[in-house]
Amino acid sequence: MAKKLMKGNEAIGEAAIRAGCVHFFGYPITPQSEVPEYLARRLPEVGGKYVQAESEVAASNMIYGSAGVGIRVLTTSSSPGISLMTEAISYIAACELPVVLVNIMRSGPGLGGILPAQGDYLQATKGGGHGDYQLVVLAPSSVQEAVDLVILAFQLAEKYLTPVMVIGDGMIGQMMEPVEFPSEGVGPPLDPGDWALTGCKGREKRIINSLYLDPVECNNINLKLKAKYDLIAEHEKRWEVYNTERPYDLLVCAFGMMSRICKTAIDDLARDGIRVGLFRPITVNPFPYEALRQAIDRAKRVVVIEMNMGQMLEDVKLACEGSKEIDFYGTAGGVVFSPDEAQENMLVSLKKIPGGAAGKKPEAATKKSKPAKKRKSR
Amino acid sequence: MKKIFAHTTCLTSKPTHYCPGCTHGVIHRIVGEAIEELGVRERTVGIAPVGCAVLAYEYFNFDMFEASHGRAPAMATGAKRSRPELIVFTYQGDGDLASIGMGEIVHAANRGEKITVIFVNNAVYGMTGGQMAPTTMPGQYTTTSPNGRNPAEVGYPTRMAEILSTLTTPAFVARASTHSPKEIIRTKELIKRAFRYQIEDRCFTFVEVLSICPTNWGLSPRESEKWLEKEMLPYYTLGVKKSPEDFSEEWIDGGH
Repeated sequence: MAKKLMKGNEAIGEAAIRAGCVHFFGYPITPQSEVPEYLARRLPEVGGKYVQAESEVAASNMIYGSAGVGIRVLTTSSSPGISLMTEAISYIAACELPVVLVNIMRSGPGLGGILPAQGDYLQATKGGGHGDYQLVVLAPSSVQEAVDLVILAFQLAEKYLTPVMVIGDGMIGQMMEPVEFPSEGVGPPLDPGDWALTGCKGREKRIINSLYLDPVECNNINLKLKAKYDLIAEHEKRWEVYNTERPYDLLVCAFGMMSRICKTAIDDLARDGIRVGLFRPITVNPFPYEALRQAIDRAKRVVVIEMNMGQMLEDVKLACEGSKEIDFYGTAGGVVFSPDEAQENMLVSLKKIPGGAAGKKPEAATKKSKPAKKRKSR
Repeated sequence: MKKIFAHTTCLTSKPTHYCPGCTHGVIHRIVGEAIEELGVRERTVGIAPVGCAVLAYEYFNFDMFEASHGRAPAMATGAKRSRPELIVFTYQGDGDLASIGMGEIVHAANRGEKITVIFVNNAVYGMTGGQMAPTTMPGQYTTTSPNGRNPAEVGYPTRMAEILSTLTTPAFVARASTHSPKEIIRTKELIKRAFRYQIEDRCFTFVEVLSICPTNWGLSPRESEKWLEKEMLPYYTLGVKKSPEDFSEEWIDGGH
């Protein structure tokens, strides 16, 4: 199939349809509103259902109800909307229902702004809602990868009967890139299995519930969920390494769009013989700690660059276990490092390596760009 | 010997946890009998609330969900829109529906979701121990209105049937009561009518059922029935507030 130029949000909507998801419940919020707009137009064409909920609270409970009757279902939102959904997400995880959520992240906290950010990393990967549950969280770095990961998200959700979230910073949703969809038409429907509420004809009644007043029973549910999350961690970690075939002095850790910006900076440095590698987690939960540790072991120093104030940094520290010095550079509020600014940060870290690093940047790390903090407010 | 009465197939044999004198059990039975008599048990999905009826999924003998607090109408929306062949209902109390779930109920009604809502109004939060609800009567003593509900501070009780009947979309909105055998029979008629409308693919149907809470009202069951009749009935008037017969088909079905 030929490549098509599409806006990220629209490509995400089309990817869901290709994955066989023709039910969508959502609420408008910038910068993800093109997903509901696209699906409101497209789903009737493929025999699907689009419902605009009165709030993200309602939308997330609609997908709870939809998944519970055995239907493949999607909702999408952006940061403040995801906060409102966390209640239902906890219930959905507890009830072991397969749903896919997409968070096109904007800046926060509070109402924040509508420009791209990565400030919901911890919310997505470490909980958000109440209780001991986890989400599988996938972080694309291009529109094509957003399409691929939305399709993977449905596969993982149904394989493990668990909610899966795709987190893309606002750029992923808003930019246009050429994309190729792996299949034509609509994928096969979800198998309602032995758990969905489809009416009790010819069988015993079924219950979808997360209330366990007996503490031993509730403990057992938590142990069951933990075993599932451990299984997912064992089999489903995904990551990318870049420019690591040859030895490198500095390892950059970044996810999502920030990793692409860093790649441009790394390529530029490589032309001067400066050796910088990149590690990019694709599943930010489960986080690929072991693979990152192997990459860290080959570096002299580590730098984490994020569009937040140091959230994935915590996972990098866990992987690193104090074995290397780690620097952090972050922006927030919708300010995005340019490749030059990312490079600037890398050069600062390279300078800190005792005995120096290979390669040489002819013009010192001062010329091209200004640090983000000096930018004018827009 | 001729069998003239049997336990409805729509209820399990599990004893309920409800307090002595509570009318939840009566309302469960009415809902169960209505569904059985309409012959739709095998395609019914019920949604239990948070509150006293939280364990309703144990008592109804068909597929059941347990919702988060107040969100049952949103879950019902997801379920019914996804599988329109199902008969979907929510069973909610006054804290669940009229307080935390006010947004969900109003919008589900206004979208004309083809679901049935059984709203049990006993003027108090039961499960949490008798706190003031949006439906608590003026002057009524509760653990969080120790001097009686003061409308000057917290407003007057919300009349959900009247609020929803102001909306154009809903097909059927009614209020019934359980304080006497006569009204219990009437309640069953209205609940059965609501489910029949859903089977006929009408949009949103809603039956509010006035209920007694002897435990949290601090009254005997008999006194509670009298209190409901004297205090609640004049404010929460019984009857059909809105029905499909009031309007033309086209108008009621809202283009669905």
